[in-house]
Amino acid sequence: MYSKKVLEHFQNPRNQGKIENPDGVGQVGNPVCGDIMKVYIKVKDNKISDIKFETLGCGAAIATSSMITELARGKTLEDAVRISRQDIAQELGGLPAVKMHCSNLAADALKKAIADYLGKVKNKI
Amino acid sequence: MQKIYLDNSATTPVDREVLRAMLPYFSEKFGNPSSIHSLGQEGAEAILEAREKIALFLGCQKEEIIFTSGATEANNLALKGVMQACFQKTGKKGHLITSQIEHKAILEPAQVLEQEGYKVTYLPVSGEGIVEMQEVRKAIRDNTVLISLMYANSETGAIQPISEIGQFIKKINAKRVNPAPQGCRVNKIFVHTDAAQAVQYLDCNANSLGVDLLTLAGHKIYAPKGVGALYVKKGTPIIPIQQGGSQEYGLRAGTENVPYIVALAKACELVAQNRLRVSKKLAKLRDYLIQKIKKDILYCQLNGPRGERRLPNNVNFSFKGAEGESIVLDLDLEGIAVSTGSACTSHDLKPSHVLTAMGISPEIAHGSVRITLSKYTTAAEINKLIQVLPKIVERFRKMAPK
Repeated sequence: MYSKKVLEHFQNPRNQGKIENPDGVGQVGNPVCGDIMKVYIKVKDNKISDIKFETLGCGAAIATSSMITELARGKTLEDAVRISRQDIAQELGGLPAVKMHCSNLAADALKKAIADYLGKVKNKI
Repeated sequence: MQKIYLDNSATTPVDREVLRAMLPYFSEKFGNPSSIHSLGQEGAEAILEAREKIALFLGCQKEEIIFTSGATEANNLALKGVMQACFQKTGKKGHLITSQIEHKAILEPAQVLEQEGYKVTYLPVSGEGIVEMQEVRKAIRDNTVLISLMYANSETGAIQPISEIGQFIKKINAKRVNPAPQGCRVNKIFVHTDAAQAVQYLDCNANSLGVDLLTLAGHKIYAPKGVGALYVKKGTPIIPIQQGGSQEYGLRAGTENVPYIVALAKACELVAQNRLRVSKKLAKLRDYLIQKIKKDILYCQLNGPRGERRLPNNVNFSFKGAEGESIVLDLDLEGIAVSTGSACTSHDLKPSHVLTAMGISPEIAHGSVRITLSKYTTAAEINKLIQVLPKIVERFRKMAPK
């Protein structure tokens, strides 16, 4: 049901954990649907300099969380915010149809983290 | 890597004895039982013999056994066949009682009947996942035609009080000898049980259970997938749900699957020989596994009843802060096959309808893992599971946001 790449990321998730004093944090999902994702970012020169995730969820939830950290690291905020669910699924060699919606929330979590960062910056000004 | 298979409520391996019994009916004794020549008659005889064996197993007459393609078809035949047969008496007001924890092979046909205009009550269950008698009592109406409750639940192993319900309905039926003239009242309530998960472990004597219909599945008792049977007590109103030849006393059209029918009978025969021994062995292993998990993993809960009201082969735990599918995938990487909820629900993402009916929160239900043993399961296999499971749960708990 899962591609080799999904299983590989599931087994060895990249950038798993927490960033102390992050510049932005985004959390999506809820216990009812079974998946919760939290993305932490550090921003330097308008680029994502560090990114980590914490996820409670199924294999797809963990693999997509791991994948987005790889895709977003080093990208400008403008580019990072454009990473879509489809991009992540494609990079993972596809996801089962049933998982496309509910367990593929990593892009949303990242968008929230970036919005959180931008909101903080705005307040400072 | 030596695989450890602990998902026996999903399906069981075919027993070698069963396989041996069925093999001649593929390429040697392959005749169509409806053919008059000797090759055909050989098949007809094999089916007759299988029918007699299963009748002996269920304590019924051979004419009361209808072979099907499995439990799903048997359940569809029971629900639609009986409700529609009662149609002339009840109109589409006929009432069916079932429960919230049934397999989809009951819930889906029940919903189709509802769409057709029949009334259906889905009984709630206790926190342990058991239907209570008072709920059955409350649900009965004048136009109740059929009660269909599973004998044991596939996810939690919760054994339902079928014989108690069967005896209770007999009493109700005794008072119903004179149907009301207006017609809306049928003079009998029929009782169906889906015994697919129970057959290996519980007494399935149709008479002592007090049921009119009973579903059997081959692949839960070491016969192949794709064969089952429905016991239909004589005098039960039922019509076929598919049209064609007049096989199976006109109730199930289609050329009989001779090798698989032979396999089902052999599997029942083996169950009759080993039921007590297997149940005793597995109850011990089950309780050992439950006790070890509780000792080695914090914040876990056993879903479903304990002791004698639970199938001897079923363990179902929720691990707070870890998700079921992830645990299943990690165990698979260790060579251990288990499941989350039932295999059928892995196609949608909703938490198990069985666990939520028991009042378990979606959050906890998502963290459930079902471990189901077989007659082949060894203590060494259970020990291997206990050795790797705590680390796996810990990995996911660490990964989850706090």
